[in-house]
Amino acid sequence: MSVFSAKRYDGDDHNTSHNLHEHHDEHHDDHHGPAKGILRWVFTTNHKDIGTLYLVFALAMFFVGGAMAMIIRAELFQPGLQLVQPEFFNSMTTMHALVMVFGMMMPAFVGLANWMLPMMIGAPDMALPRMNNMSFWLLVAGVLLLASTLFMEGGAPAAGWTLYPPLVLQTKAAFPFAVFSVHLLGISSIMGSINIIATITNMRAPGMTLWKMPIFAWTWLITAFLLIAVMPVFAGAVTMLLTDKFFGTSFFSAAGGGDPVLYQHIFWFFGHPEVYILILPSFGVASTIIPVFSRKPLFGYGSMVGATIAIALLSFVVWSHHMFTVGMPIIGELFFMWATIAIAVPTGMKVFNWVATMWDGAMSFETPMLFAIAFVVLFTIGGFTGVMMALAPLDFQYHDTYFIVAHFHYVLVPGATFIIMAAVYYWLPKWTGHMYNEKIGRLHFWLSTVSVNILFFPQHFVGLAGMPRRIPDYAIQFSDWNMISSIGGFIFGASQLLFLYIVIDTIRGGTGEKVTNEVWEGARQYGGGIVEGLEWTLPSPPPYHTFTEPPVIKSILPH
Amino acid sequence: MSTKDAYYIPHKATWPVIGTAGLFCMLAGFANYLNGSSAGVFWMLTGLSIFIVMLVGWFTLQSTESESGTFNKQVGNSYRIGMMWFIFSEVAFFCVFFGTLWYTRNLSVPWLGEGATKEFLHPLFEGTWPTNGPEQLGLDKEGNRIFGVEFEPMGAWGLPFLNTLLLLSSGVTCTWAHHGLLKKNRSQLIKGLIATVALGFIFVLCQAVEYHEAYSEGLTLGTGIYGSTFFMLTGFHGFHVCVGAIILSVVLFRSWKGHFTPDNHFAFEAAAWYWHFVDVVWLGLFIFVYLM
Repeated sequence: MSVFSAKRYDGDDHNTSHNLHEHHDEHHDDHHGPAKGILRWVFTTNHKDIGTLYLVFALAMFFVGGAMAMIIRAELFQPGLQLVQPEFFNSMTTMHALVMVFGMMMPAFVGLANWMLPMMIGAPDMALPRMNNMSFWLLVAGVLLLASTLFMEGGAPAAGWTLYPPLVLQTKAAFPFAVFSVHLLGISSIMGSINIIATITNMRAPGMTLWKMPIFAWTWLITAFLLIAVMPVFAGAVTMLLTDKFFGTSFFSAAGGGDPVLYQHIFWFFGHPEVYILILPSFGVASTIIPVFSRKPLFGYGSMVGATIAIALLSFVVWSHHMFTVGMPIIGELFFMWATIAIAVPTGMKVFNWVATMWDGAMSFETPMLFAIAFVVLFTIGGFTGVMMALAPLDFQYHDTYFIVAHFHYVLVPGATFIIMAAVYYWLPKWTGHMYNEKIGRLHFWLSTVSVNILFFPQHFVGLAGMPRRIPDYAIQFSDWNMISSIGGFIFGASQLLFLYIVIDTIRGGTGEKVTNEVWEGARQYGGGIVEGLEWTLPSPPPYHTFTEPPVIKSILPH
Repeated sequence: MSTKDAYYIPHKATWPVIGTAGLFCMLAGFANYLNGSSAGVFWMLTGLSIFIVMLVGWFTLQSTESESGTFNKQVGNSYRIGMMWFIFSEVAFFCVFFGTLWYTRNLSVPWLGEGATKEFLHPLFEGTWPTNGPEQLGLDKEGNRIFGVEFEPMGAWGLPFLNTLLLLSSGVTCTWAHHGLLKKNRSQLIKGLIATVALGFIFVLCQAVEYHEAYSEGLTLGTGIYGSTFFMLTGFHGFHVCVGAIILSVVLFRSWKGHFTPDNHFAFEAAAWYWHFVDVVWLGLFIFVYLM
């Protein structure tokens, strides 16, 4: 028997050693089901359970962060102050960003990784199951600390998600809670990433070489590397904020020889790779879904991997493009401008590869594919505005306006968030064994896609005309576009209730249609990149434990 | 199928949630303490206790499993990969503070001492390292902010040089212990570990003496950017030495109980890697903080 085969022991943490020897003979092919009751979810080490926990948590945070966005758009519906105090408005922009980035998008991708990676590479589970449990609960603890600040004297942090000093040092009771929340979220992400790297590098079934691995696994491998490299950097930065406020250090105070701009450098050394942490797994999902619904293999597998690596490496040398107006030496402006523009090359390769994958394919347009196509188109718009802002002299006009708000919402909402939805529609039948309602799915897609453009496209115009971000009031000439943007926002927000309905409905039985192992025609052939899509060889829903014996890896391409 | 061949997947993990609760309690308590709440310290200590109980419980469980042959080679690989990337994350963490030192010394402090900044804001400021800034910041004995403080930077050739020798020799004794383990020479393993742990704790003691001297001469965490970078870098390093020495003590205890074989001693390897990492960080500190 090879070292890769995996039989499970029926052991709790506390009596493993003697159970081992008693049970190992009679339990040769025994698949243990989940534990009963609520404690199943608290103590679980199963990658599917933990994936579900992450995804449900992300969905909840999507609505919490979304509610904050609704407050922001309601206040901006008209010029003047209507609904909330300026301090609270700034708390909302800050918390909306932190909740969406650290509570929604990252956990959603980690959830997808947990559910899918072991099944995609033919592993029995994640490499370090106990640590997997801890990363999830640390995430909850971190978000709890952050959310608790909403109820504190002086309100939640209001200095923006970047937490720039000296402004952030004026935060009242919320300050140390926000710092420690970042620490916990950081530890959680690092643990999750270590687990993903260990799983991908150590748990692949025999024959599943790195260069045959599904592209989603590749993008997560690279993302996990980015996370381990930069989360400690953010932790270090907020630690210095903490000591500056409470222990008398002068890291970010010029009076003592420090420099507030130093914080911006450190933050963005973390922050720029961080935005790629959100988008690289999105690329992975898009590269998984598009071939299936085009019924063609992914175009340019190798170049996709290469482009992902190139983007990841470049992300370490572009951070100062967030700070073009801060007062940098001209050589710095030039370096960061050119490095940033260089990122358009590998990103463009990806977009062309997706288009080439669809080219001449037998395409069909089920909801996952619709979201994936919208991702390609709308993410590219966000990418183009990114190139505009990479040009240092032009950025002086755009900096800190609604133009940048429009830019990063295009890459994060119809970009990353749409592809998370695509992934949910794509894999939900596999996870639950039920088919979602395609009609409502498409309605959700069209409502979201139209409203997201009504919401964010006008923000380009007001931004170019000079409307600053993070301010609850604005000059009267921005009124019309803001009202349109808010209306788009409300429609977008309301449409997401459909998504919630579809997810719950599907879990409870969906259309009642029997779902096959393959679910989507061609998923088995094209859903794995170079090799057969392993998750589609399993029953829907898959048993609690899968690939206890490693699967045989079949290539789909001629050699 | 023998048990050796299976990848061990545990069920029902209780320690992770307990550890999370401990960390949450500790940090929430610490935050309350910083906000001036009297209950903060209580919750901090409660959380810390829960966390320590978790560490003891979880590591005991792991070592019991390891000694009963639960982990095959592939599980061992996962642990090694995990430890490697954990150390990588620690390297990234220290890079922030080394980067801060580099940036302030070479860029922002000189900028403060030249051009219009110098001319209009603080004409007397020279912008040379070491500095506690244009306002010459410091802290008095009660921890209040004071200005116009003069200070002496730390020398390299007294205690810090001794500390360098201590840590470097502890790296040697650690490797010697490893050779003992591989040769099945238990007494060499134990002697080597005792020496390593002892050198580690002597190092921490010397650091404590050095900190005491610095504070009594008025060099504190609040002495401008020099004090900030000096104490942050050496402080986090000292904390890591403590953690490393505690890990090595546990490994020593397990060696004394007869654990580990030449093929199965991940805990020893992990502790040794960590120790060498702490060692390398110190070399960086000695060069960039003390010597230069």
